[in-house]
Amino acid sequence: MLPTLSVLNLNGAVPQIAVAGAGMLIMLIDALFHRGSRRWAAYLALLGLAVALARVVESGASAETILDGALARDGLGMAFALVLIVAAALSVLVAMDYLRREEHERAEYYALILFATAGGLAMAMANDLVAVFIGLETLSISLYVLSAFFTGDAASREAALKYLLLGAFASAFFLYGIALLYGASGTTRLVEMGTAIRLAGTQADPLLWGGVALIIVGVGFKLALVPFHSWAPDVYQGAPTSVTAFMSVASKVAAFAALVRLLVVVLAPAAPLTSALLALLAVLTMTVGNILALAQDEVKRLLAYSSIAQAGYILVAAVAGEVGAAAVLFYLLGYAFTNLGAFAVVLAWSRRGEGRLPFSDLAGLGFRRPWTAAALSLFLLSLTGMPLTVGFVGKLYLFGAAVQAGWTWLAIVAVLNSVVSAFYYLRLVVIMYMREAEMPLALQRAGLALGVALAVCAAGVILLGLVPGVALDWARQAVAVVLS
Amino acid sequence: MIPLTWYLVLSAVLFCIGLYGVLARRNAIAILMGAELMLNSANINLAAFERYVAAGSVAGQVFVIFNIAVAAAEAAVGLALILAIYRSRDTVSVEEVDLLKG
Repeated sequence: MLPTLSVLNLNGAVPQIAVAGAGMLIMLIDALFHRGSRRWAAYLALLGLAVALARVVESGASAETILDGALARDGLGMAFALVLIVAAALSVLVAMDYLRREEHERAEYYALILFATAGGLAMAMANDLVAVFIGLETLSISLYVLSAFFTGDAASREAALKYLLLGAFASAFFLYGIALLYGASGTTRLVEMGTAIRLAGTQADPLLWGGVALIIVGVGFKLALVPFHSWAPDVYQGAPTSVTAFMSVASKVAAFAALVRLLVVVLAPAAPLTSALLALLAVLTMTVGNILALAQDEVKRLLAYSSIAQAGYILVAAVAGEVGAAAVLFYLLGYAFTNLGAFAVVLAWSRRGEGRLPFSDLAGLGFRRPWTAAALSLFLLSLTGMPLTVGFVGKLYLFGAAVQAGWTWLAIVAVLNSVVSAFYYLRLVVIMYMREAEMPLALQRAGLALGVALAVCAAGVILLGLVPGVALDWARQAVAVVLS
Repeated sequence: MIPLTWYLVLSAVLFCIGLYGVLARRNAIAILMGAELMLNSANINLAAFERYVAAGSVAGQVFVIFNIAVAAAEAAVGLALILAIYRSRDTVSVEEVDLLKG
C-alpha cells in the first residue's frame, strides 16, 4: 500500500525541502543564465536557509513523525537543526568575499553547502537508520567535493582524496553496523528498535554488540575521534579555509545529533557498556588532540587539532546519555560561533592563493588589525574556556553533566585537558600582541559579508557567555521532547 | 533452504576482503574498490536479514537500493578526484600523494 500524502506529512519537512530546493535552484539558474558575478547564489542560499530557520523556530515542542516515520519532528531534532542552519548561514557569509578573492567564485559552492546542510538536517531529525545513513552520505559527499573546490590547488585535491577514501571506509563500517542492528531488532526505525532491544534484553547478543561497536567506529571517523582522527589535520589544512570552517562545525553538529538520539532512543538499555566505550574514546580524543596541538606552528592545523580535542570535550557529556544531551546541544551552539569565527579570521588574514597561516605571520597583527585581532582573541579565549565567554559556560555544563551521571574522574581529566589547551590557544594571543613582525603580512581588505559574520560570531560568543540562561533553558526544553 | 548463517559468513568474508584491500593496497582506485566491497557486503546482510528476521517488511530491500545509489555517487566523486590527481601528478599511488604529511 502506498502511503498517502497526509502520512508523508510533507509540511514538517519544509526545512529540508527549502534548503535542498534552494540548492537545486542555484544549479539550475547557474546553468541557464551563467554570466557575471555569482553573488546572487549566495543571497539565494541565505534565503533558503532563512526559510528553513523560520520553519524550525516556529515549530513548537511537539513530537510527530514526517515522511511516513522516516524523520522525527521533535524538540531534539529541531534544536540541532537550528544550530546547523545558523552555522550554514554563517559559512555562506564567510565564503562570499573569500571565493572572489581566490578567483574561485562559482555558484556550485553555495549549492553544495546547501546540499550538505540538507544531509545534516536529515541526520539531526532522523527516526530511521536509513535516513541517518542517507543524510550522512549526502553531507559527506558534498564535503568531499567542497574540499576539492580549489581545482588548481594540489593540496585541495589531495585533501579531498584523503577525505573521500577514509570517509568511504568509515561509511562501510557504519553501514555494516546498521545491518547488524537491523538483524538484531528486525527494524530500521529507531523508536521500534529501542523497544525491541529493551524487550529482548542486552545480554550476549553478538549482533547487537557488533552493530553498536561498528556504528561507534563509523561515527568516530566522522567526528575525528582518536584513534580515528588521522585524516582530520590533513583535510582541514588542505581544504579551502571557508570549507574547513563549515566542515569543522556542520559535520560535528550533525554527527553528534545522530549520536545523541541513538544513545537516548535506541541504546539506553545498553548504557553501561556504550558509556564505558565512549568514555575511553573521550579521554583518548581530548588528550591526544591537545598534545598534538602543542607541537603545531601553523594556525589552520592548530585549529584542526583543537577541534579534535573539542569533540572529546563534547563526548564527555554524550557519555552521560540523556543527562548530557542539553549540554551537548548548548556547547555545539557556542562552538559553532566560536570555531566559525576563528576560521573566518584565519581566512581574512591568510595570503592570497595560500591556505596556510604560519604563527610568524600573526606577529604584530594585534595593533595593525585591532578589531579582527580582538575578535580572534575572543574566540581563542572561548575555546580555552575563559569565564565571560560561551566556552566557559558550555564546558561547565558539559563537565557538570558528566559529574551528575557519576563520571567524576572523566570530568577531572577533561578539566586538566582544558588547562593544557590554554597553553596553545593563549600563545597565539601573545604572538599577536607581544611580538614585532619581521616580514609584515600584506593584508587584504576584509569584505562586508565577512565583517557581518565576524560580528555575529563575536556577539554570539559574548551574549551566550554573559546571559546563558535563555539558551540553556531552550536547550533543556528542546532535548526533553524526544520521539520515543 | 540455505540457512541465514551462510549469508552472514559470505558477507563477513567479503567485508574482510574489502578491509584488506583498503589497508594493504596503495593504489587509490584499489582502495576505493575495497571500500565499495565493504559497502556491498553490508547490503548482502541487509537483504538476508530482511528475508529471515523481518519477513514481510520491505525496509531492508529499499535500504539496499538506496545504498547502491549512494555507493555510485561516492564512486563517481572518487574517480573524478583520482583522475584530477593523475592528470597533474601522473600517479594514483596514495604514497606518492603526500603534500600534506605532518
